[in-house]
Amino acid sequence: MSTTTATAGDPPGADLPEHPDFLWRNPEPKRSYDVVIVGGGGHGLATAHYLVRNHGITNVAVLEKGWLAGGNMARNTTLIRSNYLLDESAFVYEHALKLWEGLEEDLDYPILFSQRGVLNLAHTEQDVRDSVRRVEANRLNGIDAEYLGPDDVAKICPILNVSDDIRYPVLGATYQPRAGIAKHDYVAWGFGRRVDEAGVDLIQDCEVLDFLTEGDVGDGTARVTGIRTSRGDIACGQVALCAAGHTSTLLDRLGVRTPLQSHPLQALVSELLEPVHPTIVMSNAVHVYVSQAHKGELVMGAGVDSYNGYGQRGAFHVIERQMAAAVELFPVFARAHLLRSWAGIVDVTPDASPIVGRTPYANVLVNSGWGTGGFKVTPGLGWCLAHTIATGELHPHIAPFALDRFVTGALVDEHGAAGVAH
Amino acid sequence: MQLITCPWCGPREELEFHYGGQAHVAYPEDPQELTDEQWAHFVFFRDNPKGPFPERWVHGAGCRRWFNAVRDTRTYQFLAVYRIGEAQPQIPGATT
Repeated sequence: MSTTTATAGDPPGADLPEHPDFLWRNPEPKRSYDVVIVGGGGHGLATAHYLVRNHGITNVAVLEKGWLAGGNMARNTTLIRSNYLLDESAFVYEHALKLWEGLEEDLDYPILFSQRGVLNLAHTEQDVRDSVRRVEANRLNGIDAEYLGPDDVAKICPILNVSDDIRYPVLGATYQPRAGIAKHDYVAWGFGRRVDEAGVDLIQDCEVLDFLTEGDVGDGTARVTGIRTSRGDIACGQVALCAAGHTSTLLDRLGVRTPLQSHPLQALVSELLEPVHPTIVMSNAVHVYVSQAHKGELVMGAGVDSYNGYGQRGAFHVIERQMAAAVELFPVFARAHLLRSWAGIVDVTPDASPIVGRTPYANVLVNSGWGTGGFKVTPGLGWCLAHTIATGELHPHIAPFALDRFVTGALVDEHGAAGVAH
Repeated sequence: MQLITCPWCGPREELEFHYGGQAHVAYPEDPQELTDEQWAHFVFFRDNPKGPFPERWVHGAGCRRWFNAVRDTRTYQFLAVYRIGEAQPQIPGATT
């Protein structure tokens, strides 16, 4: 892999690596695998990577109904942070962030991980109190965080409008300096190349149609023996479902109900601009988040569209509201042209926390419900799910996210803690 | 943005409406008889089909009344709208 190094005066993006040649084989599926991972996005590929790297398990297939990493992995806004209030979320996202910090070396592949920090804006007195509380909680968990007033916010992001004559003035912000962005496609390609080299079969254009089962859910003997796909039946030892927004349609096939709702989550980019935006800015109150990609696009997102949907597009009025917020916070954006918009389909839970772990089928693990925050946890989730598959023991970081929490009376309200508003 | 046909007001812009989730989720007849698991399913668990889906909407910026609709979650097209209390129209593939 050749990379070029930018020098002063080069245009934005001059230091981007060349496009790769083919990075993985395109094999025919074998009849049987020790582990079948459904979903060839970031989570599925990361799980395969840590199965190989940490546990030496290589008889693995990753089944992808479209093309590799062409779903939400290609559609997210690439933000990486770990400044969550809920301890359980903080632990798994910080585990991921530490892995991101070494991932380029681990994969021996450029992923353009850039720790440019994230500002989460406070616009009301309650926002301020919540933000200060979250900063202290983050520090107690060993996560870098500080609370900044408007003047310090403006020093970090000079193009942000911190004047007090806008509708929702910036009263302050939390700041996590270690947060950042990575080039999402390269992350997927890096994982894909690595696991392919180790013998993992990445099987694209392979849709899961149904499951072959034995035993009975009622007495705990139920297992999945094989997977019926558009490319034939594939027998499996263990199964991990990593299909994000489509997870509940898979589980419907197994008769397993989850409190997942699939929603379109829109994002968009501007035309290429000179570097103007040095960090990541998020605002839940007016709901927009912005960073600037390496190449120069302003990358923006908002909350999910309210209705259920699988259409990978959303409603235009959501974009209008988001743009109004963006232009008020960043007056310099007013003349930027929108280049393209798209949507991923995210699986949202009642408490904005994931559902990861066991299912009524003894050899099937589910990994779902990451909602709008799935990209940032990619390596961390892969590490923990691989551990669980290899050892049979739930990794402590994912154990709190079991499906049964909705029945046992556990705390089920984490939207504020998540630092998201979907 | 699409037009949504309110059963009282007629077609209006989508932004006048708010989404209310799955329709026809009835409050339990004997709440005290429910197990924790049954309660959890009533409170948290909803269908999430890829296809026609009966759901509730409210015309918040208009008549402010709730109504039901069957909408295809693949295309977002409204296949039917009907008033609360009316029977769900027969739509092939729709859950009931």
